[in-house]
Amino acid sequence: MNIAGRTKQGFYFDSVTLMRVGKELSAVPGVIEASVVMATDANKSILDMSGLLLDEFKKCGDQDLCVAVKAKDQTALDAAFAKADELLSKKKKPAAAGAAAAPSPRDIPGAVAQLEGANMAIISVAGRYAAREARKALEAGLNVMLFSDNVSLEDELELKKEAHKKGLIVMGPDCGTSIINGVPLCFANVVPQGPIGVVGASGTGTQEVTCVVANAGSGISQAIGTGGRDVKDSIGGISFLDALDALAADDATKVILLVSKPPQPGVMKKIDARIKKIKKPVVKVLLGSGEAPKTLEHAALMAVAYAKGEDPAAVGPAQELRNAELAALAQKIVSRKKAPQGRYLRGLFSGGSFVAEAQVILAPILRTLYSNAPLGDSKPMKNDWKPERNCIIDLGEDEFTRGRAHPMIDFTLRNKMIQEVADDPETAVILLDLVLGYGSNLDPAAEWVPILKTVTKKVPVVVGITGTDADPQPRLAIAEALRKAGALVEFTNGAACRLAGHLTAEIVKSKR
Amino acid sequence: MSLNDLFQSPLRAVNVGIETFKDTVDKFAPPSVQVDWRPPVPVAPDSEKILAKRAARIEKANRKALDIIQSGAPRLVGIDIALNVVPGMTKDTILHSGPPITWDRMCGPMRGGIIGGLMYEGRAKTPEEAEKLAASGKIKYSPCHEHGCVGPMAGIVTPSMPVMIVKNEKFGNLAFCTLNEGLGKVLRYGAYGEDVTARLKWMEQTLYPVLKAALAASGPIDLKNMIAQALHMGDEVHNRNRAGTSLFYRAIAPFVIQTCENREDAAAALNFINGNDHFFLNLSMPACKACLDPAIGVKGSSIVVTMCRNGTDFGIRLAGTGPAWFTAPAEVPDALYFAGFTKADANPDIGDSAITETGGLGGFAIAAAPAIVQFVGGTAADALRYSLSMYEITDDESRMYQIPALDFRGTPTGIDVRKVVEKNMVPVIDTGVAHKKAGIGQVGAGIVSAPMGPFQKAYDALAQALK
Repeated sequence: MNIAGRTKQGFYFDSVTLMRVGKELSAVPGVIEASVVMATDANKSILDMSGLLLDEFKKCGDQDLCVAVKAKDQTALDAAFAKADELLSKKKKPAAAGAAAAPSPRDIPGAVAQLEGANMAIISVAGRYAAREARKALEAGLNVMLFSDNVSLEDELELKKEAHKKGLIVMGPDCGTSIINGVPLCFANVVPQGPIGVVGASGTGTQEVTCVVANAGSGISQAIGTGGRDVKDSIGGISFLDALDALAADDATKVILLVSKPPQPGVMKKIDARIKKIKKPVVKVLLGSGEAPKTLEHAALMAVAYAKGEDPAAVGPAQELRNAELAALAQKIVSRKKAPQGRYLRGLFSGGSFVAEAQVILAPILRTLYSNAPLGDSKPMKNDWKPERNCIIDLGEDEFTRGRAHPMIDFTLRNKMIQEVADDPETAVILLDLVLGYGSNLDPAAEWVPILKTVTKKVPVVVGITGTDADPQPRLAIAEALRKAGALVEFTNGAACRLAGHLTAEIVKSKR
Repeated sequence: MSLNDLFQSPLRAVNVGIETFKDTVDKFAPPSVQVDWRPPVPVAPDSEKILAKRAARIEKANRKALDIIQSGAPRLVGIDIALNVVPGMTKDTILHSGPPITWDRMCGPMRGGIIGGLMYEGRAKTPEEAEKLAASGKIKYSPCHEHGCVGPMAGIVTPSMPVMIVKNEKFGNLAFCTLNEGLGKVLRYGAYGEDVTARLKWMEQTLYPVLKAALAASGPIDLKNMIAQALHMGDEVHNRNRAGTSLFYRAIAPFVIQTCENREDAAAALNFINGNDHFFLNLSMPACKACLDPAIGVKGSSIVVTMCRNGTDFGIRLAGTGPAWFTAPAEVPDALYFAGFTKADANPDIGDSAITETGGLGGFAIAAAPAIVQFVGGTAADALRYSLSMYEITDDESRMYQIPALDFRGTPTGIDVRKVVEKNMVPVIDTGVAHKKAGIGQVGAGIVSAPMGPFQKAYDALAQALK
């Protein structure tokens, strides 16, 4: 086995590009492992853990690129480095004869000078640089979609105060989803424009409600993400309240839908006070608060009912009916199975809000739950990598994304864990979320069909798909492909959780 | 401004980071712009905040500095012996290019130039003798820049050398530069020996009096105008000076004929100029120097007024920090090398000629010089991109020097150290490459990026000065 490294001084690539390159290098025949990173201290410690921190990397700094390859022989090493050179050499775009294309601006003021009417900065650089860029954006009069995480609380507060003063908004940090003027930003779905305005302090929660709205035949005026920390007392809901006010004043918005994990009491009070003054219907779903509506689907359908002039109180009973149908379906599936294995549900999630919603829905069905992001009565897992009992794992948490792309993009880790839990005789049901839309993996069927074909022979797999028919991934075709591979597919996370919960309960019952 | 204004306007996004986010926006709300982002340059923790706080004051100071630089009126007014006219020149002084340096740290070509200079001055008969004297401590070394001078490559100025005198008519200050020796075995690349000495002697004894008489007859020659014309004729007046040399030749030739009684000397002098495409470099350099010097000492200004290299260090000075030098090791150029030579033969970057880039010419004006685009990638579009990118780090556009291919846009002028550091983008410099061994001469040419180090230090120093 051979390990070798290359360094390039003064090169910079964003981490997503580098992870893609790393993945392609790993696919070179004979390569066992490859890692391509900027030589930050954090990345160096990751290399160290995987035994790839070569001596020549140790003296490299933030602005140096390191390529590490472990391969079975020299030929494979050479091939991998050749591939790295090819992928990392930035392509020159030929300019039209005589015409000089303006060079890419090096900073936000330079970009604003090139873009007439610029009004939004989307910032996704590494967290420790992100606040500086956001500050420049605000100075230039831009609103900010701050996708980056690991921004300090002090910076977040300062940025949001500054934005508020200027009549701008900072969406984030750690904000994955917004839809502004019909344009999906970062991780977002393609939904029709319509009467429902969303304020979301949780990314996948916002994706789910906007998709449910779209799939129920209504549309979204604006979906404004705030980042999860905004509704903590330390930030005081600055962006959440500004977004709420803006939707209240927006003529195109007829109904307002709020999505969040429960805000801290101080912020909740301010939100409630603000809602009281608003003349439009306001629906709020605070996952885990115990307040109705308890689920994303329920809340989104209530907003649609308001928008269509139907009775929002009718949504609850309809949801109950649907729940009963899913329970009956579960009973039918289990009754046809001979000697199902295991007694526990294992949820492997990519969306943080879905982890919360899953616990809200499953707690009454399965009682004790374990999670690496426990909510309500759920218990923390002893080891996040080792499923125990009925267990809901958030693979978007830091410990799983360090040195890796988010599980909505890179399925490698989740697939490995699907295989592991399927091989665990204690597993009765596997529950998965699949988030479509921009930002997410463009061909999830190719990632999942092969593994589901074998896994579903052992245990039932339930998949909840979040997406619309206008998304870049064909929602219905994917559902069909997954069903053919043996999976049970629902089009909301709520329905998938219910079905998986009832299946597990039925399997346990069948063993009594 | 209110968030509702955003809802009423088309979304126009600037993307900083993951490029696929821009691709999505472009499907729904084109156009958008991607920032070519890089991590910020490390500087002292409070520098950026101080400079941001003092932005208004800096802007005002920069306006003032740039007005000074832009309104400069450099004219060639005469030629004289260095000892007579160069401030601070003594019989024991040798001036060199770049920031200050001691003999023990000098690179090969600079040492060679000093050996050759001492032999030319008659201070030593052999190179060995010269080297001994050079290291003895009897010779005082000083940067050209601290004496109103600029010199290409090693930039050696000894007391007996003739220097051209450029006067900034607007502010009255003078700048000086030796006569360009041509190519081959020349002092500025560190060559020494009989033929080098013989040429320098001929320049002193024949060329100098001929030009002196001709210049006296011609009166002051407007160099700003000449440079502007040269840019329209395909020069950037650093690595390409063919047009400038031709223009100068046209201006001076009638007066040489008129004033020189000895026809052989007149012919030799004119042939020497005609045969050396880089003759004009030693005029474009002091012209830039004459325009930039009056801006030194404009308090609070972040404009770069000097960039130069001595083959060991790269040094800069700011208008706002006065005479202080900020240095870092000079880098070996990634240039095009002549047949038989490689980067391993090259000396780190050397010479005061980066004064042209400091003045908005040279690499900054490379789009005006399509004939030398092979130095920057081979296509005219490459040259345009280089020039266009330099607008990112400059505060102004030249009122006089224009680039035809950019619809006569003024060249990027006035490097702002804040932009260099905050955008993590260094100036590009056209350069010739010297062999690291003295006397071998030029081994390549091309474009180099300035090292970031001096700019980081200058940035911190400016912040401290404005604290």
